[in-house]
Amino acid sequence: MKKLSSAKLNEFFAAIAASKALYLPVDNKSGKAEYKKWEAGEEMSKALNTVRSAKDFFFPQTENLMEFKMDGKRVEVIDTRAEAEDFVIFGVRACDAASFKILDSVYLVDPVDSYYKTRREHGVVVTLACGKPAETCFCKVFGIDAADPAGDVTAWETDGAYMLRANTEKGEALLDSVGALLEEGDEAAVAAAQAKTREIIERLPLSSLSTEGLGVGKTAELFDRPEWKTLSEACLGCGTCTFVCPTCQCYDVRDFDTGNGIKRFRCWDSCMYSDFTLMAHGNSRNSQVERFRQRFMHKLVYYPDRNNGTFGCVGCGRCLSRCPISMNIVKVMKTMGGKNK
Amino acid sequence: MNTETLIPYVGIVTEITQQTPDVKTFRVEAPGGGKLFEHKPGQCAMLSVPGISEAMISITSSPTNTEYMEFSVKKCGCLTEWLHAMEVGQMITVRGPYGRHFPVYDELLGKDLLIIAGGIGLAPVRSVINYVRDNRDKFGTVDIVYGSRSKDDLVYYKEIVEEWMQTEGFNVHLTIDNPQEGWDGHVGFVPNFVKELNPDLKKTVLMCGPPIMIKFTLGGLMDLGFKKEQVYTTMELRMKCGIGKCGRCNIGNKYVCKDGPVFRFDELDELPSEY
Repeated sequence: MKKLSSAKLNEFFAAIAASKALYLPVDNKSGKAEYKKWEAGEEMSKALNTVRSAKDFFFPQTENLMEFKMDGKRVEVIDTRAEAEDFVIFGVRACDAASFKILDSVYLVDPVDSYYKTRREHGVVVTLACGKPAETCFCKVFGIDAADPAGDVTAWETDGAYMLRANTEKGEALLDSVGALLEEGDEAAVAAAQAKTREIIERLPLSSLSTEGLGVGKTAELFDRPEWKTLSEACLGCGTCTFVCPTCQCYDVRDFDTGNGIKRFRCWDSCMYSDFTLMAHGNSRNSQVERFRQRFMHKLVYYPDRNNGTFGCVGCGRCLSRCPISMNIVKVMKTMGGKNK
Repeated sequence: MNTETLIPYVGIVTEITQQTPDVKTFRVEAPGGGKLFEHKPGQCAMLSVPGISEAMISITSSPTNTEYMEFSVKKCGCLTEWLHAMEVGQMITVRGPYGRHFPVYDELLGKDLLIIAGGIGLAPVRSVINYVRDNRDKFGTVDIVYGSRSKDDLVYYKEIVEEWMQTEGFNVHLTIDNPQEGWDGHVGFVPNFVKELNPDLKKTVLMCGPPIMIKFTLGGLMDLGFKKEQVYTTMELRMKCGIGKCGRCNIGNKYVCKDGPVFRFDELDELPSEY
C-alpha cells in the first residue's frame, strides 16, 4: 500500500503523463464528467462517474480496421494497424472495471479480437473506490464491491491523501515509476474509507434488488412472458441505453469509399435498432418488443448461460438516468425476477 | 484459419456458372492458385466486395476438392447483386472458415443419409453430398430429395443428373412446385414429397431450405416417426463478424456463426423461436 498526498496529485499526474498518455474524468463545459487526456492545469472531476462508460478505451465507438486499394479487378488488403502505445486510465469506478471483464469474455475468447487485445495489453487501469455511491447504483447486486474495485492499481481517497494498491505487475510498474512521490500507505485509513462506503451501499434503495428468477437456464421461463409487451411499449428504440452501457459490445462493420480507396471500420451498434438483424430476405426481430426483449434477455439470461452465471450488467445505473422514457434494467429485473414483487 | 480475425484473404473468381435465373456459382482461388484455406462440409465464409459490404455465404464445394472453393449465391440484396455483376478475373475478399460443420467425421459415419433441400438450400449440403461421394465407403445409402419452384430453378441440375444420379447407393428425388412443359418428374412441395417417399426411420436427415419448407418437412418427419435427434439443419442469420462477437446472430445462449450454423433439431428446441 502506498500513499499519495492530495497536494501532490497534479505532480503525480504530470509524472505519469511524462511517459504515457493519461486519461481521467474531467468536467466538460456543461458540467458533465467525461474522460479526457490529462494536460497541466486539468482538474479531476468530483462527479461519481462519467456520462459515457470507460469501455471506449478498449472498444472505441468507431475504429478503422483496414483499408483496401481497388484497381480494376484487383483488390489489395492493407493492414493499417499502427503500433499501440501504453496509456493509463485514472479514476475508473468499480462498475466500469468489472465491465472490462465482461468485454474480455467476449473479445478475448478464441478467436481473439486482436484490435481489442492490443489495447487491453497497453492500457493500465487505475480504479478509484467510490466515496459516495448514488441512488442509481446497484453494483452490489452483481457482487461488485464499490469500496474495493479491481484494476491494475486501486486507489482510495482518504483525508488529504490517496491510498494506492498495486494489484498486477503492470500496476506495480506504474507505481514504481512515480515512487519518488509516494509514501508508505495507511491500511487503517483505507479500511475506514471502505467501511463508510459500504455503509452507504447498504442503505441504497437498489442494493436489495434480487436476481432470483433470472440467470442461467431461465430462457424458456422468461422468453414468452406477456410483460415484455408492456415493458417495451414506450421504447423509442433510440439505443441510448446500449451506448451508455459499459457492457454492451455489439458492433457493425461498414465500408467507406474515401475516393482514394476503401476504409473498413467498425462502430458500436445496438440490438434495439430495427436494421440490426435485417437481411435481404427479412428480419428475425421485426418488432420493438422482440428487440427490447433481446437486450435484456442477453444481459440477464443468455450471457449468464455462457459465463458461469455472471450477469451481463454491472449496476452502474447509467441507463436509469439516461433513458428518455425512464425504462431500465432495474424495472425489467423487478418485473421478471422472482423476488422483487 | 487466419489468426488475424476480420482481416480477409484476397481471392480471384476464376469461373462463374449461371445455375438458375437468379443463382450463380463462383469458383474462387488464391491469387497463386489453389484454395485460400481448408474447410469442413457445412462451414461458411465471409465474402466481400470492399466498398459494398461483407456477408456470410456457405462454402458449397467439398473439402475433397483440392483446387478451389465454390460459393453459390442467389441475387437478392446489395452485395449479391454486385457479385452477380462480376466477371471472371475479379478479386474479392474471403475470410473463414466459420462455424460448426455437419458431423461427417463422426456421427454420420456409416449412416444412411436422407438429404432434403429446397431452392438455394442445396448449396450448403452440396458440400456434404460431394464429400460423401468422395468417401463412398464410409457412408451408407444417400437419398436426396430436392425441390424448387420450377425446373429452371433447380441448382446444380447438370451435376445432379450426370454425377449424383450415377453414383452407386445414391437415390435422387427431384420435385418442382407446379407442372411445367418438358418436366415429367414429380410435381409438388418438398414436405409432401418426403412423406410420400416414406423414408426408413433409421436414416439420418440433413435439411436446408426456406423456413416454411423446414417447418412443414420437420413436422412431416415427426409424423413419420423420426426423432429430432436424427435431423440436422443449417441456419442463416445476419452476421458481421463471423466469430461470435458482433452480437447480430445471437439467439438465446447461442451464436449462429460460431455455435452453428449446423444444429440438430433437439438443440434448436432449447432456443427461443427467433429464426
